[in-house]
Order: sequence, then structure tokens, then C-alpha cells
Amino acid sequence: MPVPADRHFFIDPRRCIGCQACVHACSECDTHKGHSMIHLEYVDRAHSPQTVPTICMHCESPTCAEVCPADAIKRTEDGVVQSARKARCIACNNCVLACPFGVPKMNVGFELMMKCDMCYDRTSVGLRPMCATVCPSQALYFGTEAEARALRPRSTPVHEFRFGQQTISTRVRVMLPGADAAGPLDVTAAMHGEEAADPMAAVLPEGDLA
Amino acid sequence: MARVPKGDLEVLGRFGPHLSFPEGDRLDRGVEPDRVVKTHCCFCGQQCGIQLKVKDNRIIGFEPWEDFPFNHGLLCPKGVRRYLQGSHPDRLLRALVRDEAAEGGFREAGYDEAIRLAAQGIARIQQEHGPDAFAVLTGASLTNEKAYLMGKFARVCLRTSNIDYNGRLCMVSAAAGNKKAFGIDRAANPWSDILDAEIVWISGANVAECAPITTDYVWQARERGAKVVVVDPRMTPIARTADLYLPVRPGRDVALFNGILHLMIESGWVDRAFVEQHTTGFDEVAAHVREWTPRRTAEVTGIAEKAIRQAAEWWGTAKRSFLLHARGIEHSSHGVQNVLGAINIVLASGRIGRAGCGYATITGQGNGQGGREHGQKCDQLPGARDLADPKAREHVAKVWGVPPDSFPAPGVDAYEIFRRVEQGGVRGLLSICFNPVVSLPDSDFVRRMLEKLDFYVAIDFFLSETARHADLVLPGSLQEEDEGTVTQVEGRVIRIRRAVDPPGEAREDWRVIQDLAKALGREKGFTFTSPREIFEELRRASAGGIADYAGITWEKIERQHGVFWPCPSEEHAGTPRLFEPGSWNPVARGNGPFYFPDGRARFNVARYAPPTEDPDAEYPLFLTSGRVVSQYLSGTQTRRIGPLVEQYPEPRIEMHPRLAERLGIADGDWATAETRRGSCTLRAQVVRTIRPDTVFIPYHWAGPKSVNRMTISAQDPISKIPEYKACAVRVRKAEGPPSYVREREAQQ
Repeated sequence: MPVPADRHFFIDPRRCIGCQACVHACSECDTHKGHSMIHLEYVDRAHSPQTVPTICMHCESPTCAEVCPADAIKRTEDGVVQSARKARCIACNNCVLACPFGVPKMNVGFELMMKCDMCYDRTSVGLRPMCATVCPSQALYFGTEAEARALRPRSTPVHEFRFGQQTISTRVRVMLPGADAAGPLDVTAAMHGEEAADPMAAVLPEGDLA
Repeated sequence: MARVPKGDLEVLGRFGPHLSFPEGDRLDRGVEPDRVVKTHCCFCGQQCGIQLKVKDNRIIGFEPWEDFPFNHGLLCPKGVRRYLQGSHPDRLLRALVRDEAAEGGFREAGYDEAIRLAAQGIARIQQEHGPDAFAVLTGASLTNEKAYLMGKFARVCLRTSNIDYNGRLCMVSAAAGNKKAFGIDRAANPWSDILDAEIVWISGANVAECAPITTDYVWQARERGAKVVVVDPRMTPIARTADLYLPVRPGRDVALFNGILHLMIESGWVDRAFVEQHTTGFDEVAAHVREWTPRRTAEVTGIAEKAIRQAAEWWGTAKRSFLLHARGIEHSSHGVQNVLGAINIVLASGRIGRAGCGYATITGQGNGQGGREHGQKCDQLPGARDLADPKAREHVAKVWGVPPDSFPAPGVDAYEIFRRVEQGGVRGLLSICFNPVVSLPDSDFVRRMLEKLDFYVAIDFFLSETARHADLVLPGSLQEEDEGTVTQVEGRVIRIRRAVDPPGEAREDWRVIQDLAKALGREKGFTFTSPREIFEELRRASAGGIADYAGITWEKIERQHGVFWPCPSEEHAGTPRLFEPGSWNPVARGNGPFYFPDGRARFNVARYAPPTEDPDAEYPLFLTSGRVVSQYLSGTQTRRIGPLVEQYPEPRIEMHPRLAERLGIADGDWATAETRRGSCTLRAQVVRTIRPDTVFIPYHWAGPKSVNRMTISAQDPISKIPEYKACAVRVRKAEGPPSYVREREAQQ
């Protein structure tokens, strides 16, 4: 059974709380045998707790497959870009370097590129991918575009991205905040004293702190 | 002398914490499970529904439970990996008896021998020093059935006043505040009411890390247009996305609430009709907050005046709202005042007891709600009854078939029990589901008191840092090894289903307690044959009380996906939302929505005081503590789960770059934090997401990495909750790595 054509991943990094439930859940998914196919990173922890989960965007014309000299990366009829086939992958890293979203990772021990396959074992039988099923903030959501728009009227799903001359259309959608969304947090405005430009400014005591 | 029998390192070598990872049939997903058990996570108060996959009496994995209406399959990393606590190499399979000559300081013993020795030890202390010389410490991760049984065991079998529980560290400030204001201690609303709020106010709750799935509720409200206000000294992941973030100075929350109420009154945002009809005490509170001008509020809280005004305007003018708080405001020597301040702005708004108008504390522990209702608190009988109330004693005594005057008097709180050890009044201890040497403040004192005990018996499934002090350890049960019920954050009573049997000679905790009662020669009242039988008696014991479970059956829980108490009869569906017109209320009896004879809620003057130990010239910074998302409480379970430990292996000292620069500390450097009670050397994490006058250290670790060696044992005078969230500290760059780096693994 194919992955239903109207069901998509929606990523909203604003919701992400960095908990890694998605990464843990991915490695617990039946076919992943203890390996997570996705990753999650802080953008810049020194400045913010903002994190971003990275799943495969499942491009219509996958750059990873286009640059693969061994023709190891296949896109299924229903639009899921799969991990490299073990028999073909020569661990050359071309896909890792070429993917504009930074998705594939080389498993050096296996000499195999591994990445998110949209939990094909689950999505092809009507279930949701493991990460989107558990994600406690629903930064990762799986459903139809109509459902996503109804549940999240203040955001717009987009699935076309430009990288220089390259325009990429993906199966996975990213939620862009609408015009009425809260802007960047100006914490300076929330501090008594307001003298400092630092967003977490508060008056430190004078003298020796140690 | 309950000293750890061997050096720490030898105990660690034998009993861990060691790490478990998925392997064998937990990796080979071709294995078909024998069955899939619908139950709940063993960790926090959210109690997310989860399905455990079982093969050959082992849990080999999980599957989300999407039909359960609270979390719809959502799980945090702890829930995803919780199954790895089963079949763990550190699991206690037999009883342990202290033996200096044995490896790790304990020899294994047969179960019957251990029960006999435990009973002899208890009897000897009580015969020589009286019943109160033996104390019982319990926990809020126990099921309702076990919590109920522990209270009954202490009062009827041991006849000791000295029983208290680790909810003392957790929910008691909220409980006391709620009882004073509403006459009832429970979340006022189901979480679904969050979705319809126009403003969600979150004070002192690290929602994203401590109650992760609640994040989705908050975001659903945002998608519908709600504003989110977060009050916290740290910019937590939920604060990052707030519409308004108020970086409050530690220990000043009540000042903020008073300042908000001041502005509500000044601007005419008080629901006068509601206040008039349904409350008392408003005028006194209004007079009290007159001095809490925006200017003064800003000076005390460290929050800009215009941010306070903005928050007050959003709160004051909303039509529907939900206020959430947690330990951030409750872990304070004026925790009850903080809670009362929060409730005052809810009552003044008139937004309670209706759809989309809510208030709740976010309970921290698995059964934080139910565990505080059925008699394991020092002053309480089942049904949230007061032990000092003659009518309550009479009712419960009748159910238990004992004379009411046989009950001991109310005892003292968990921390005070240790002070009684110091004074000599308490000489023996039974503990279950409590790891005070990690979780109580000023923990070096707690360790010394454990060493002073004449006889200490612990029931545990792993040898916790506290159980290492025991003369005798009885192997108890993990959550998934027993049946029962718990009451989650909303007040919804749910079923914990048994997935596997206790391994080796381990027993279900209730059997261990009953075997002890029998060995003590007082088994009357302790001959239950199943948790379900205990629940049936709990129903009768709670009947007519405020926390009324009389109409809750296990079948009804199954049918309805949980039952919200109060539920006075089998025909009654339960009470998801409190304070609605016509809802069950045995106290007001039709006089009004709140649980007082006149049916009115109480405004209470909420007085500001600084923390017991504010920073000074010697210790110039605030120390605050809390959780990380991948660990739970004292880490007894989660420090044994490999993938969770890898996520955040060891505690770090979080500090602002401006502070770090003054101290000459760079990100990743070793730094020493020191208070009047102790010190810890940990790596620094330098981030702009914390107030520069504050450092934060998470509390899940033991020994040299335990922040609670430094925290203060000051307590709220009403709730007796310790002040974990603010004490004075100084920090310096360490000369080099501490010795534990060479000796211990990260989780040890």
C-alpha cells in the first residue's frame, strides 16, 4: 500500500522544544534497528534554546539521488526518498555533501548512507511516522494539508525552496509564521532598568562574585 | 548505624547505576510481541498513555497509544525509552542484608528471612522506644492503592504518627493554597480548557522539559489566537516562544501577582459581580495590594514596569484564560503565598468554573495528585480527609474496623522526620519510593541522619543512593509489574496495567507491606488479595470526603478513558471541571460553586518576603535548581537508561556570559559552586538564557554532582515545602577537573 498522496509531514521549528523525543522514537521504530534516521540541533545554544529537527524533506527531484554515482538512492512512486541501498552504496559521501537541507548522514561503521524514509513501514499501512506520532510539541506533524491549515490557521505551509539557482519542491512542508505571529522576543523590554542591550540583562551585584 | 557499608565505588560497581541500551530482541524488530499492554508512562504527572510490547515476560518496546484522549500518542524522550528500565542488570532480584564482608556491602537473603528480620527490627525499636520511634517515608509515584495501603499500614499496623511522603518536595504548596482558596486541592479544569483560553499564563513551570506534552496544548491555544505569558528566571524552551516573557528575580513571584492585581483594580478589570457573588475577602486583599504599584513591583521582581503593565492588560481584559504554575513558584519558603497570589488574580478575573477558564498546578510526580489524597501525608486520612478531624477519624476507623481513638496523632513532615532522627525521637525507618539523600535539600545532613538510624529497611527495585544505607533491602516492584490506578495532573483517575511479573524474588509492593504486617503479628486489615480489592476499600474510605472516589470503578475508568474525581456514585460520570453550577459539592450543598459551607472562594492576603537566604556580599548570586527533559526526579530510574543519559550525561552550571566573564569562566570550563552548606564542581554552560544574577543546576544526580548538597532546608511555614528555587551561592573557576571524573561514570 502506498503512502497516501494527501498526507504530509509538516515541520514547525517554532514549536520545537529540543526534547529529542523524535530522535529517540525514530531509533525505536521497527525497521530502524536502534539507529535514528533524523537529528535535532540547537541553532546557537549560547543565545537561545531554539532547536530544529531535521527529517528528510523528500524532494521531488532529490539532489542526493542525482549526485549518487552508484544510483543507490531511490524515490518510490509515492514520493518517499529512501536510504541508500546497501548493495549499491559506496559510502562516497556525495549525497551528504550535496543535500541542501543537510539530511543524509554516513554511517561509517556500516559504510552506508542512512536517512529518514518517512517510516515507510508505518506510513504505507496508514500509520503516522514514529517521530510525528510522539512529538510532544507537534513541531513535527503528519496529516493532510487541509487538517494542517485548519489546526494552524496562523501559519502557511510551504514546500518550495530556493537555493541559489536551484528551486526544490519537497513532499514535506515547513510552516511559515503568518503576519500576525509574534516577532522575535525582545526581552530587553521586559527587564527592569532597561539599561543593557543584553536580552537577559539584570543587574549583577558589584564586587567580588567568587 | 546505617552507614553505606562499603566505599561508594564498590557499591557502584555492584549495584550501579549502570546503563541499559536496546539490544537483542529489543533491537530485532522482527520479533512479534506476545501482547501489547495499554498503560501509562511511569514517570511524571502527565501520565501519558502508552502501549508496552511484551515478549516472554519482558518488555521489548513500545507503541504510541493514540486513542488515549490526554496525550493522543504524544510522548517525551523519557516515555519513549521508559521500557529500558525493565530487565535491567541493576534490578534487585533478591532481598539484601547488610554484610561488610560481602561484595558491595550486602549479601543476598531469602525473601522470608528478610521479612522476618525486618519485622524483628521494627518490633525491637517500637518496643524499646515507642511506636513513633519508627518512621515511614513513602512516595507519590506509588499507585493510589499502594499510597492508601502505606497510610493504613503506618496508622493501623505500626501505629506511628511519623509517616510522610516525597510529595512534600513537590505538590504541597499548591495543595495548601488551593485548600485555603477553593476548599479543594485539584486542577480546576481538564487540559482541554487550555485550548479555548485567550491568554495562557505560565508562572514557574518549565513546561517543555517537565511536562512536555502540555506544550502542544499551549500551542493549540496559540493557533487559535491566545497570548502566552511566561514568568521564569530562565528562558526555557516554552519561554522562548512566549508573547511576553517576564524574567523574574528568583523568589519574587508573589510580588508580581500582587502587582498584577493592583493594576487590575486600578484599571477596572476586576469581575465585580463574580467577586461579590462568589468570593469573600476581596477588600482586605485589595487594601494589601495598594502598595504594590507597578514601580515597586518592578523593583522587587526585576521585571520592567511596562512589561508588567502589558501582562496585566492582557490578563485583565481577556474573556477566557488559563493560569498554570508549578514548582518554580511553589519551591519557596513562601510557596503558599505565591500560590495564593496566583489564585487571587484568577478569582479577581472571575474566570474559573467555565469552559476555557481555568487554573491548575502542574503536578510533578507520576501520582502527584492521587498520592496526596489517600493518607500517606502526615496529617491526612483517605479521601483528602484531615487526620485531626474527629468525624474523619470516625468514618475511616469504621471502614478499617478499628477504634477511632487508636489512630496516632498527626505527625511531622518528611524533612522534620530527619530532624527527629537528630534529636533521637526517630530511630528506625522504612522507606519506599523515596530517595531523600539525592532529593532533599542540604543533603549532607540527610546522609548523616541516615547513618544515625538504628535500623533502616528500604523497599526498592534498584539500590538507590538512599537504600545503600539500609540494613535490609526488600525487592519491590516496578510500575509495570503491578496493577492499580493513579490520578494524573487533571484529576483524572486512570488504570496502570500489569505488563510483566516481578522478576526473581521481587514482590509487588503491597504484598511486601502485607507480609511485613503478618510477620509483625498484626495482619488484620492487610489480607488483600489484589490491588483491586484495595481500591474497593479505598472507594469506601474516600466516600463522603472531598477526594471522593466512591463511584469510580475500574470498568468505568476503562469505559471513559479515566474518571475525574469527585465521583460520589456509580451513576455519576465524574467531574472534569470543578466549580460549575450544579456540580457535585458535598461541602457547599448548593450554596455556591466552591468547597466551603457558604460556597464562596476565599481571597487570601498573599504576603511577599524575600527568600530565607538572599544573596549577600559573601554569597552574591542566586542558586536555583530544576529538571532537564531527559531525566526524572532523583534519577534512580532514568540514570540507568543509556539513551537518556547520553542526551544530557551530567549536570552543568548554567550561567550568563556577563557573569561568566566576570568570573573568568568560559563555556565548558570546570567551575565550583559553593553555598554555606556544600559545594559542587561541574562544567559551566554559558548561555544568554538565564538572568546574570542567577545560576542553575539540575538536580537529578547523586554524590559529588548533587546540587542538593548546596540547597537550603528552609521550608514554607504552612506547606513545609523546601526552598529549592532560591538560595545564595558563589561561583569560581575550578583549578582542574574534580576527582570523580576519573572514578565514576557520568550517571554515577
